Amino acid sequence: MLEINCPYCGPRFETEFSYGGEAHIERPKDSENLSDEEWGEYVFMNSNTKGVFLERWVHTSGCRRWFNVARDTVSYKILAVYETGTEPPELDLRKDV
Amino acid sequence: MPARFRLTEGGRIDRSNPISFTFNGKVYQGFEGDTLASALLANGVHLVGRSFKYHRPRGIMSAGAEEANALIQVGEGARTDPNLRATQIELVDGLTASSQNCWPSVEFDVSIVNNLASRLIPSGFYYKTFMWPASLWMTYEKVIRNAAGLGKAPEGPDPDSYDRTFAHCDVLVVGAGPTGLAAALSAGRSGARVILSEQEATLGGSLQSEPNLEIEGKPALEWVEAARAELEGLENVRLLTRTQTYGYFDHNFIGLMENLTDHLKEKPANLPRHRLWKLRAKQVVIATGSIERPLVFSDNDRPGIMLASACRTYLNRYGVKPGSKAVLFTNNDGAYAAALDMHKAGIHVAAIVDLRANSEGPLTEAARDAGLRILTDHAIIATAGDKRVKAVQVAPLSADGESARGGGEKIDCDLVAVSGGWNPTVHLHSQSRGKILFDDSHACFVPGDSAQASTVAGACNGSFGLGGCLSEGHDAGLAAAKAVGFDGKGSASAPSAEDRDFLPARWLWLVPGDKPLGHGGKHFVDVQNDVTAADLHLALREGYRSIEHVKRYTTTGMGTDQGKTSNVNAIAIVSQYFGCPIPDVGVTTFRPPYTPVTFGVFAGRDIGDLLDPARKTPMHALHEQAGAAFEDVGQWKRPWYFPHDGEDMHQAVNREVRACRDSVGVMDASTLGKIDIQGKDAAEFLNRIYTNAWLKLKISSCRYGLMLGENGMVMDDGVTSRLGENHFLMTTTSGNAAPVLAHLEEYLQTEWPELEVYLTSVTEQFATVSIAGPNARKLLAELTDDIDLSAEAFPFMTFRQGRVAGIPARVFRISFTGDLSYEINVPASYGAALWQAIMNTGEKYAITPYGTEAMHVLRAEKGFIIVGQDTDGSVTPIDLGMDWIVSKTKDFVGRRSLYRADMDKPDRKQLVGLLTDAPDTVLPEGAQLVEKIETGPTMAMLGHVTSSYHSPNCERSIAMALIKGGRARMGQKLYSPQADGKVITCSVSDVVFYDKEGERTRG
Amino acid sequence: MVEAYLRQSPLSQLALPSRAVSEAGDAGVVMSERPFRRIVNLRGDPKSDAFLSAAKSTLGADLPLAPNSAAAGKDTSLLWLGPDEWWAISEDNTPPLADKLRDALSGQHTSVTDAGEGYTCIAVSGPKAIDTLAKGCTLDFHDSVFAPGSCAQSDMAKAAVVFHRLEGETPSFEIYVRSSFAEYLWRWIEDAAGEYGIAVTG
Repeated sequence: MLEINCPYCGPRFETEFSYGGEAHIERPKDSENLSDEEWGEYVFMNSNTKGVFLERWVHTSGCRRWFNVARDTVSYKILAVYETGTEPPELDLRKDV
Repeated sequence: MPARFRLTEGGRIDRSNPISFTFNGKVYQGFEGDTLASALLANGVHLVGRSFKYHRPRGIMSAGAEEANALIQVGEGARTDPNLRATQIELVDGLTASSQNCWPSVEFDVSIVNNLASRLIPSGFYYKTFMWPASLWMTYEKVIRNAAGLGKAPEGPDPDSYDRTFAHCDVLVVGAGPTGLAAALSAGRSGARVILSEQEATLGGSLQSEPNLEIEGKPALEWVEAARAELEGLENVRLLTRTQTYGYFDHNFIGLMENLTDHLKEKPANLPRHRLWKLRAKQVVIATGSIERPLVFSDNDRPGIMLASACRTYLNRYGVKPGSKAVLFTNNDGAYAAALDMHKAGIHVAAIVDLRANSEGPLTEAARDAGLRILTDHAIIATAGDKRVKAVQVAPLSADGESARGGGEKIDCDLVAVSGGWNPTVHLHSQSRGKILFDDSHACFVPGDSAQASTVAGACNGSFGLGGCLSEGHDAGLAAAKAVGFDGKGSASAPSAEDRDFLPARWLWLVPGDKPLGHGGKHFVDVQNDVTAADLHLALREGYRSIEHVKRYTTTGMGTDQGKTSNVNAIAIVSQYFGCPIPDVGVTTFRPPYTPVTFGVFAGRDIGDLLDPARKTPMHALHEQAGAAFEDVGQWKRPWYFPHDGEDMHQAVNREVRACRDSVGVMDASTLGKIDIQGKDAAEFLNRIYTNAWLKLKISSCRYGLMLGENGMVMDDGVTSRLGENHFLMTTTSGNAAPVLAHLEEYLQTEWPELEVYLTSVTEQFATVSIAGPNARKLLAELTDDIDLSAEAFPFMTFRQGRVAGIPARVFRISFTGDLSYEINVPASYGAALWQAIMNTGEKYAITPYGTEAMHVLRAEKGFIIVGQDTDGSVTPIDLGMDWIVSKTKDFVGRRSLYRADMDKPDRKQLVGLLTDAPDTVLPEGAQLVEKIETGPTMAMLGHVTSSYHSPNCERSIAMALIKGGRARMGQKLYSPQADGKVITCSVSDVVFYDKEGERTRG
Repeated sequence: MVEAYLRQSPLSQLALPSRAVSEAGDAGVVMSERPFRRIVNLRGDPKSDAFLSAAKSTLGADLPLAPNSAAAGKDTSLLWLGPDEWWAISEDNTPPLADKLRDALSGQHTSVTDAGEGYTCIAVSGPKAIDTLAKGCTLDFHDSVFAPGSCAQSDMAKAAVVFHRLEGETPSFEIYVRSSFAEYLWRWIEDAAGEYGIAVTG
């Protein structure tokens, strides 16, 4: 079971959180002008990264805040947590994986 | 009567405390401090079981967790456990144990014919036999089920209770041998929160089997005792004995199982039997020691053949002579200690058979000095004896060690002590995804780099000398404490002791027999699964290459012991076959659990009534008193229907449904989800969430809304009311309150953070009572004097605040039944009082409490959907015929998906009504519908029934269904073939069956 | 106002008063229900001075800004629930706070919501209180992590709860649980505490 460091409440067990898929995917503001393929890409297609993945979690049982996590999908190591709407911290991907 | 093979003195057993126990129906005696294995050996019982496949007689091969042979059924009836290792079962007065895997008895097992037929049961037997023909499988299965299997399942529900707990510590030390004790001491003295876990009841590990070792200049066990006393005195240290650390998971999450009562004759009623510890440790010190490796030689599985270290444990720790006439078979110097101990205890050591070309080393010299017979460069090439070994055939080895020179010499014996070197117990390290390396000098796998916050120390780290164990343990404990911020002040230096290895050794992985491999004589690699060296060779000849595949094909290393004694031998034999170095073969994955874990602890107290929360509304007790039958809606218990005496469900529901159309019904609607929405952008937020428009909703008005996922599919629905300019109250379906709030928060926080809106769940702040029916207004009028209930003053889809039955209330004029209806919200603690007041006042209207079933019928009469029943995550508002609620002028979640080309397909399933030809026939919900009945097992299906009831108000059955292109099929005949072969004929209709104009609702 | 005796606490069906003892004796765990508390859920921006000062003037103390911490206001306990969310808890017999807060905060981006009717409070104390809570909750309740004055939202068994550790040498906790889960949670905790001995107090 992962231990996730909620940016607001501190380290808690994974069971307190829910997973929200890939981070930094913005909802298109001009969906009218998107083709079906482009819209489908947004709704259905997430990356499936082997290595460091930027993903969203929400602290369901705690503060209910959404935030982002940089997690290595191979080792499950969590390299960083950061607030929604902020840029991921600089990570040396080669070194960290 | 003292047992025959018990020494008169020595050992850590309490001779003043005799214990009676029963094994295979016979009563024996042991002592406090015995294991079942040591007590059986003290009584001369060596034959304890039969092997899995060949049903060969098997004895006790070890003295610890690695035992692969002596798997025992303990207890009877409902309180019984199979597959317990006799070597780990603490003897307790009255213990009842029996052999398993034998019939009719361990002494005479009819399945021993499997042994004679063993050439017909090669590796991969199951794969090969049962692939074809499939029809024979049923026959095979019955025979196999009778003959195979390990142990018996309990015959009733488990009478014991089990506990689970979470725990946290700075440093977990696994194993309380010398290494673990040194680590726990140094970490504990630093002030860190330490947990020291030990699988046995007592501390000291291997030291308990050693007669002569010294630590800090005093007998080792005195040092152990002092360490125990010091650790028990430290407030920051918790000692968990009888606790198996069985699994190492992500982020230093560790599973441990503590045994609390198995060793007690009288089980305290308040204590759970076992406790599962779900531990998060900041640092872990793995000090799990090492396990001796057997040698693979011909017929090496007879009772009386055991590990050399086990012989020492039975002698020194339990005061038991495991035999009278022994042969030691070894490839290393360290095992000579067993010969010396046996010699000293009065066991005749007939010979030491040493595979090494030059027998040397300190213990070898000591044995020579003691005058013991040493056969250098020799091997045991055959063994004899049925239920107990009675002789070995010993011959000199050829120069390359691959064959024996001559027939050799027969040596009589009743005990063969075997040592093939030592394997560090790297299981936990490997489970933590730590790397595993091969140590050439010790010919074993040792831990490489850690993948988590852990260190490995002592024998588990390939440091086999006591001095090295103590200093590594000390350093590891100190470093772990430092890593979590404790400076290590007050910590003494590492305890000192002599350092001695078991080397020198000679690695001969497959000891030659008197016959070629596979032609008489079995070289067992894995005794639990009856896998021989010949089986491995066969698998390799058949083309298997990956060690993981070889493992699965031959089953080597599987089963309850997970190959603790067999894996390295198997890997080495495979490497030899290929002529490649052992590390090139690799290791199979070490999987949790290290030893089997009782199922009960995973359930813990989450069983029976506590399995899942039963959520109850404030009026629940009143419903119980009224005799309600309850239905689970999510975790809620909701009244399903309220049967009168002698009524069945159908009659009760019909009565309740009629009452809501004829007079007045009352329902507990408290479970509806409620979300309070505040902020200056609240209306804009709702506008983006719901498919319809919200900006212009008037204060004190309510509106129905439909919520979609971004994929355009219906996710939830409900009525939302405007409490103030910037204040709304949303309702959700009962089962969906939490997911809807999560959905709203997600969009608010991650997509639209610029919106000034706060969301708060208030589901349980209010108790909600819904009254419905033509007399609802009259009834409510009697209960309130400050709300004008006239249709003009209080129209449909508005709400008013006031008092009902004297209780501050918010009354909503909304309807899910299609009749005149009010939903009354009061502070939750007054819910029961409100319900009672309504029931009392409503008596004159024959007020009728109704449950969820009647509600479902009432709404189906009106064609109102239930999300999750008439929708299933693949249904759009358009499919439901609810285009009227979908705005074309604004964006909302899911909107763009409604314009995908796929959404226009004419064969999308659409919600329609169904009327059966026979009005009394009620279609089963879920029933499939077809256009025409075809022969054969499959037909072209058009869709399925989502809701179906008898409608007392329509005086016939009604149903809703999702049908391909349904709305274009109005009036068309469809057919629903049933499981019993009958066919129900029906025709497609409008989905509203009752009061199509909605006169009653707005009345 | 309607008669107070008509009110029912979520645990009323367990008839706890009939089990109540005055002395806990050697029970490892002491439990009681503390029902009918007023809880005001307060949302606002902790970076806004206007918000903080208006809240302070109404509550009589600074809102706790440190994660997982509680503070004592005038007749109220203030619990940090999240970066922009607090509870102000007061006893039933004190004047209602919500309207005063709404007045003080009017015009600001805040939310003030009465929530107390949806919860009850289960008090768990005693030398074995921490061992008992650990059975159902992943939080670390050790003094070094969850000292008196700490609070946290988490799960206990399968119920979402808010923990508040009270001052005192003997571990003492208040657990706020949604009313519908109260019976389940009480029985779960009582079962978990069984091995330590339980006393119910009034």
